[in-house]
Amino acid sequence: MSTLAYASPLEKAWYYLHRLFCGAVLLFLIAPILVTFPLSFNSVPFFSYPMPGFSLRWYEEFFLTDRWQYALQNSIIVAVTVTLLSTALGTAAALGLSRPNFPWRTTVMSLLISPMIVPAVITAVGVYFFYADVGLLNSYTGLILAHTSIATPFVVIIVTATLSGFDDSLARAAASLGAAPMTVFFKVTLPLIMPGMISGALFAFLSSFDEVVIALFVAGAEQRTLPKVMFSGIREEISPTIIAAATVLTLISIVVLAAAELLRRRSERLRGLRSS
Amino acid sequence: MATMAAQITGSADRVPLRLKLQRVERRRKLKAFLLVLPLLLFILTTFVLPIGRMIFNAVHEDTLLRLMPRTMSELRGWDGKDLPDEGVYAALAADLKQSWADKTAAEIGKRMNYELPGTRSKVTSSARKVSTLSTDTYKDALIEIDPLWARHEVWSLLKRGSSAYTAYYLLRSVDLQYGPDSQIVASPPENAIFRHIFLLTLGISISVTFATLVLGFPVAYLLASLPAKYSNLLMIMVVLPFWTSVLVRTTAWVVLLQQHGLVNEALMALHILSQPAELIFNRVGTIVAMTHIQLPFTLLPIYSVMKTISPTYVRAARSLGAGPFYAFWKIYFPQTLPGMAAGCLLTFILCLGYYITPALVGGPQDQMVSYFVAHYTNEELNWGMASALGAILLTATLILYYVFNKLVGTDRMKLG
Amino acid sequence: MSKALRITGAWSVMALVAGALPLAQPVLASDQLTITSFGGAGQMATRKGQIEPFAKKTGIKITEDEYGGEVSKIRAMVESKSVSWDLVVADATAASQMCAEGIIERIDWNKLGLDRAKFVGADQQDCGVPENLYATVLAYDKDTLPTGPTTIADLFDLRRFPGKRGLYKRPFGNIEWALIADGVPIKDVYKVLRTPAGIERAFNKLDTIKKNVVWWETGAQAPQLLADRQVVMTSAWNGRIYDAVKNSGKHFQIMWHAQELGLNVWVMPKGGQHLDTAYKFLTFAVSPAQQAEPTRYMAYGPANKEANAHVDPAILPDLPSAPDHMAGALLVDTSFWAENGDELRQRFTAWLVK
Repeated sequence: MSTLAYASPLEKAWYYLHRLFCGAVLLFLIAPILVTFPLSFNSVPFFSYPMPGFSLRWYEEFFLTDRWQYALQNSIIVAVTVTLLSTALGTAAALGLSRPNFPWRTTVMSLLISPMIVPAVITAVGVYFFYADVGLLNSYTGLILAHTSIATPFVVIIVTATLSGFDDSLARAAASLGAAPMTVFFKVTLPLIMPGMISGALFAFLSSFDEVVIALFVAGAEQRTLPKVMFSGIREEISPTIIAAATVLTLISIVVLAAAELLRRRSERLRGLRSS
Repeated sequence: MATMAAQITGSADRVPLRLKLQRVERRRKLKAFLLVLPLLLFILTTFVLPIGRMIFNAVHEDTLLRLMPRTMSELRGWDGKDLPDEGVYAALAADLKQSWADKTAAEIGKRMNYELPGTRSKVTSSARKVSTLSTDTYKDALIEIDPLWARHEVWSLLKRGSSAYTAYYLLRSVDLQYGPDSQIVASPPENAIFRHIFLLTLGISISVTFATLVLGFPVAYLLASLPAKYSNLLMIMVVLPFWTSVLVRTTAWVVLLQQHGLVNEALMALHILSQPAELIFNRVGTIVAMTHIQLPFTLLPIYSVMKTISPTYVRAARSLGAGPFYAFWKIYFPQTLPGMAAGCLLTFILCLGYYITPALVGGPQDQMVSYFVAHYTNEELNWGMASALGAILLTATLILYYVFNKLVGTDRMKLG
Repeated sequence: MSKALRITGAWSVMALVAGALPLAQPVLASDQLTITSFGGAGQMATRKGQIEPFAKKTGIKITEDEYGGEVSKIRAMVESKSVSWDLVVADATAASQMCAEGIIERIDWNKLGLDRAKFVGADQQDCGVPENLYATVLAYDKDTLPTGPTTIADLFDLRRFPGKRGLYKRPFGNIEWALIADGVPIKDVYKVLRTPAGIERAFNKLDTIKKNVVWWETGAQAPQLLADRQVVMTSAWNGRIYDAVKNSGKHFQIMWHAQELGLNVWVMPKGGQHLDTAYKFLTFAVSPAQQAEPTRYMAYGPANKEANAHVDPAILPDLPSAPDHMAGALLVDTSFWAENGDELRQRFTAWLVK
């Protein structure tokens, strides 16, 4: 910051004040997570520093008791199914939407991604009344369908974004060289949009894996998911096991989203949108 | 091209090129549409239909029509002035008898109780007594059983019930209701809470939006002006909480803000406080936790707009003699407005629908509309009321979403 | 060709979704049960005292669920014909309401093979099999309040007992206490509450401490509020306090004055898939010897009068029915709540947000 040398005292004060303020805001953003999670390694069930000792007992409880295990399994089963469904549906739709002159594109797009914007409670209550009619309450199918509808917008948005940078001349070149449309799709289009698809799939996975409101309304005892068990746990008492569960949930999010981010960069590089 | 042209000119029976191209174009459109169709149908059935049905619930109410068909059809001829005549009472007796046999009297009582508190048990006890009644003068007999049936407002209510549609739930959602003669009056003060709740929802959303803007703008500016190597590092601090689930972050705030949580313990250890401050289960906790969750949503759009602002404008202003603050305010700041609008609008829309966070860190006076939608669904079992409140919340959200679309465009929505 | 294939692919996904639907229907097996209770220590006692012995004896697989006592969950299941709970522990007031609504099974005492007259409160329950007597009491931590409250009026005495209090986030129990604290004799509470002025008086009394209340919604929250020192005293179900003292070594104390005696009953939502197995379980669980078992873990009195003979005498002084505790007890008026519960809950909700 060589310009600072020529700045007036007021500017200097302002400069440091700004830095200080930003530091405080960034601390506000990150501290709750950084301060809370180590408590899951506390040897005693209290939330205070300094911790008297280090222990993995809460993780043992999380990974070894049925209550948490069952919920974790459920969450994974539901989220994986949701991911497969929403990636298939979302990618097909994104391919269609990206064709030139798609009719009523904006309207259709807004409709398809509206589940992202409608408040979770509205979706949950609507689905709850509907499932009460058709007998899908307390079923895996019901939970999966509802989660799929809120997960597909992520796939649609990400794959559409990938396709917007897609150079159509590549596909046309392949076709003009005699490749059958199928070959073009699998040999040219698919590899290019693959990173986008995977990244969309990862977001879809997380949106189901972290979802709690819909699960509270439509999932029964058998379908109870990790966030659902966490929610009822927090209302009763915040135990260190819940913090351990939260830590595991967060680590999964971070790994999944970091992978998505790397894929996005890779895909941009592949498509020549970014040089690095 | 040459062969194609030859073909067209060469044979008269072939379709003209224009039509042919149109057909190809149409087929392409159809193909594209067929790719979108599965998801479209899926969203329509699993998302739009349920929500549409919920909104329908807000105005559709046929309990009385369904369970008291005879009374309802007799009441069609009632002028609404004096008490109905014997025929209507006979129909009422028959319906009550039937409802006692079918065990639906409680449902009728519950429905009437919404609009006329205190009638529930009277309806069920009347149904029980009527079930063994044998008389020719039903009017006197029913009024004898319970003076309820001589109340004009009861008959106004029943008359309204002969339509399968009602504005009752929507009226209640804005603290209005039907009076004794079906005129619209204000709800009694002990029930009039909904205007307050909508205003509270707006108030909390505005406060949080404002807080995220004040906190987010300077950080976005810092991130946009730092060299990539530093800003990427700091960006992780913004994105990391963004990637963590809302439930997890709310949990973290509970641990921090509890009466004997980390914040209070730390402040007391430092002798800043002598006894713990109330930071949770109130407005403070709600706004702090919501601001934390929404901050990245406001910050990131501002940041991405700032990245596109060329520094040359400010430099030009400075070189023309503008002071640093003047140049910032007149040149730089206006260019960030689209980002601020997008970020704030997004945060505001998302805030309106908050449920989990206020439920876990707020007190009873901090619960927003979503809480009451859930409350009427799960606790009161009053699905009409839940639907009406939900419909209003949804309408507000969709209008703002439309504005957002016009302003930003869904195509440009970024994730993470 | 590619078009056809892609479209086939897309449609097959839809077919997959449709095909998955039948899988959602519960497997029709008779040798399993889903039992739901209020969670926490109370459910643990049921599990150890009744559920596990039954599962062990019969080999029937039992799944457990928890709820907060909401009638709506059962109603939604019944109306949507997706009843996944075979047996539910409910409060007698909720059971009366559900029975009147026709969403739970009427009890066939012949099929149970038990004598209805032997069960406390069974004469008022057509759809419930009485399980235990519990009390809503005021509890405090002796470590923070060495001289605790002695009457329910102390709950409202902010001068002598400053600080927050925990109360159940329902009108149920609170408005009764408000009247008693305001000087209404215990025997007249429901008489006064049946008048609009009485209700007004109760809410006015609650107004005096409204700012100092932390509201709890699940049974486990109440002892937790005490343990976290969020409150100086709290209303609680006596068994939860007993459990915290016995199993967590807390120095909690119950103030028995104006204890509110309630009844928990077993109910069976209509349309359950395993009605016969549910009856089999009930016959086992409420038999004298078995109904006494949960008292090993939880201080709730068995509702089967014959079960008392099997109760460990050591726990008798901790039961709500102990003679010392009964002196100032209030019996919850089930019919009052069945009639007025809805209006009072609405009014209470409105009162809370203001």
